[in-house]
Amino acid sequence: MPLASYQTSVPVVVDDAKCIADKGCTVCVDVCPLDVLRISDMTNKAYMAYDECWYCMPCEADCPTGAVTVNIPYLLR
Amino acid sequence: MALDQIVDGLSEVSCDVLVIGGGTAGPMAALKAKLKNPKANVVLLEKANVKRSGAISMGMDGLNNAVIPGYATPEQYTKEITIANDGIVDQKAVYKYAQNCYKIIEELDSFGIRFLKNENGDYAVKKVHHIGTYVLPMPNGETVKKALYRQLRRARILISNRYMATRLLKSSDGRIAGAISVNTRTAEILVIKAKAVILCMGAAGRLGLPTSGYMFGTYENAANSGDGYAMAYHAGAALANLECYQINPLIKDYNGPACAYVAGPFGAFTANNEGSRFIECDYWSGQMMLEFYNELLSGKGPVFLQLKHLHPDTISEIESTLHKVERPTRGLFQQGRGVDYRNESIEMHISEIGFCSGHSASGVFVDDNARTTVPGLYAAGDMASVPHNYMLGAFTNGSVAGIDAMEFADNHDFAEFDAADVATERDRVLAPTRREDGIPPNQVEYKTRRLVNDYLQPPKVTRKYELGMRRLAETRQDMQEHMIARNAHELLRALEVQSIMDCADMAVHASLYREESRWGLYHWRTDFPEKDNENWFCHTLLSKQNGKMTSEKRAVEPYVVPIADDEKDLYDKQRIRATA
Repeated sequence: MPLASYQTSVPVVVDDAKCIADKGCTVCVDVCPLDVLRISDMTNKAYMAYDECWYCMPCEADCPTGAVTVNIPYLLR
Repeated sequence: MALDQIVDGLSEVSCDVLVIGGGTAGPMAALKAKLKNPKANVVLLEKANVKRSGAISMGMDGLNNAVIPGYATPEQYTKEITIANDGIVDQKAVYKYAQNCYKIIEELDSFGIRFLKNENGDYAVKKVHHIGTYVLPMPNGETVKKALYRQLRRARILISNRYMATRLLKSSDGRIAGAISVNTRTAEILVIKAKAVILCMGAAGRLGLPTSGYMFGTYENAANSGDGYAMAYHAGAALANLECYQINPLIKDYNGPACAYVAGPFGAFTANNEGSRFIECDYWSGQMMLEFYNELLSGKGPVFLQLKHLHPDTISEIESTLHKVERPTRGLFQQGRGVDYRNESIEMHISEIGFCSGHSASGVFVDDNARTTVPGLYAAGDMASVPHNYMLGAFTNGSVAGIDAMEFADNHDFAEFDAADVATERDRVLAPTRREDGIPPNQVEYKTRRLVNDYLQPPKVTRKYELGMRRLAETRQDMQEHMIARNAHELLRALEVQSIMDCADMAVHASLYREESRWGLYHWRTDFPEKDNENWFCHTLLSKQNGKMTSEKRAVEPYVVPIADDEKDLYDKQRIRATA
C-alpha cells in the first residue's frame, strides 16, 4: 500500500530570526517530552517535524532567545 | 548523520539499580537508592529527557493528598482513601504513605520547592475531600523538575535520556535480571543488566481517544503510553484492579484540569447549566464521576466550574496559578476562545479512559515496600497499585522503592538471563523497520484508540466488550504483520502502539472478569448493575500465566484503620439532596 502525506498545521512555531540553532543550540529539541522538534537541514533552525504535541510548553519556556511559540493545536482550539 | 536515521547497534551495560522513567517517582527512587549506597551504580533511564519529562513536566499546582500534622492524621487519610476507593484497599501501603509523606514534603521544601504558607509560616492546607483536609497549593510549583534535577546531578545518578525500555529480562528462576531498551532517535538496542529494577513509567494515558480527535490531546502527558503496564505484564508481574479505570472531569476540549482542587478552596464549585451544585464534593472519585456523567446526559448539562461569583482579586489569584503551573497553555486556550473567568464559567467534560492509580486504583500490584510479584522488580507512581496517590504519592512511594531496591541489590548478585531473549526482543522491536510496505503507526494507534472509545468506555456492556475484543484482535494482527516504521521516531510510536494495544486487551479482560459494578463510573457494568460485596469485595489480579492473560481474586488485607458501618458509603452519597 502506498503512503501519502497528510496536511496538518503544527502548533509549535519557531521565529527563524531569533532561533540560534545554527550556532549549536538544541535546547527545545532536547527538552520536548514527545520528541517532535528537529533542526532543519536546510535552514539550520528548529522546527516542528511531527505533529504530536501535548502543548506542554518546555520548548517555549526553556528557549534562551524566546524564539519558540506554542499554540493550541487547531483540532481543540 | 541525520537524527532519526536507523542505525544497527547492540550494546550492554550493567548497574546495581535500574530506574525506568524519570518523571516524578523515578528521580526520587534513583536519588534514595543512591543515598542508601553511594558506592553503587544507579541508572535512570528515560524515554524523553529527565529535565522535562512526565506528568509534572511544567510543575504542579499543588499537593492533593498532604497529610500534615495539625490538619490531618494518617488514620484519617487512610480511612478517607479506603472509603473513596469503595473499600478495595490494602491499607498498609496507604497508611505507610500517610505516615511518610510529611517527611517528603519537608525534604522537597529543602530542595527549594515552595508550598503555600500562612502568615505564621505554617503550611496553608485547604479542604477538597469529603472528610479531611489535605490540599496544599504550590503557587511556585513550576520549579519542581529543576529542583529535582539538581539533586540528581549532585548525587551523580547516571542519566540516560531518549532510551525507551521495551521488555524486562529475568533469570530462569524468575528473578529480575535487567531490561532491554531502544534509542528513540537511532533505534540502537541497549541491554541493561541490573540487580534490581524500579518501574516508574507513569499512567496508561494514551488508551482512550480525546473527543477533540487530536491523538496527543490527552489528560496525561501523551508520552505516558502505558509501556510500564505492558512490560510488567510480559514479565509475569500481577496487575491490580485494572477495571477501575481513570476518568477525570476536565476542561472540555483542552483536556486539562479545570481545576476544582485549585479553585474550590476559594469558593468555586462544579455546577450544572442551571447554575446549581449537584455534587457534594469535588474530589475525583468514581462515584463523583458517575454523578458528573449522569448530569451531562440528564439534559441539565453542560457542566461548568463556576467562579464568576468570586471577587475579582480572588479570580486573579486562581488564574495566576492555573495559567502558570502544571498546564500553562490553559490560559492560551481560554484566551483563544475569549473566556474570561470573571464573566464566564469554565465548560467541563469527562476525559478519555486510562489506567492510573494516581487518581484511581489501576496499577501494577505492589505491597507496602513497592515490591511487585516478581523478585527484584519494583513499581512506584501512577503505574503502581497504591490508590489515589497523586504526585506526593509518587515521591513518597518512589522513595520507599529506591531504598528497598538498593537493599535487594546489596544482597543479590546479577541474575543470569538467556541471550536468546535479547535476540527475540530485538527482532520484535525492529520488525516494523524491516518491512518495505505497510500501515503507519499513527493509523494503527488511531484505530485502536477509536475502538477503545466505541466499545470500552463506561457504561460497560458485556456484548460491546465482546465485539470490542474481536475488533481489537483484528487490529492487533494488522499491527503485528503490517505496521511499518520508516525511521527511529516512527519506531518509537510503533512500540508505543504495542503498549497501548496490550493495555486495551488488559482493560477488556479485567472488566469482564469483575461481575459487579463498583467505583461509580469507573466500573459500571450494565449487566451487573449492583455492588456485590459478597462475591467481589476483593482485588482482582491480572497476569500472564503460561502465555495466557489470566485474572484471579485476591482478598483485601485486614484493615489497619477500622471503618465503621455508617462510614462505608459516605462517597456513595455524592448527589446533593433536593430537600434538607
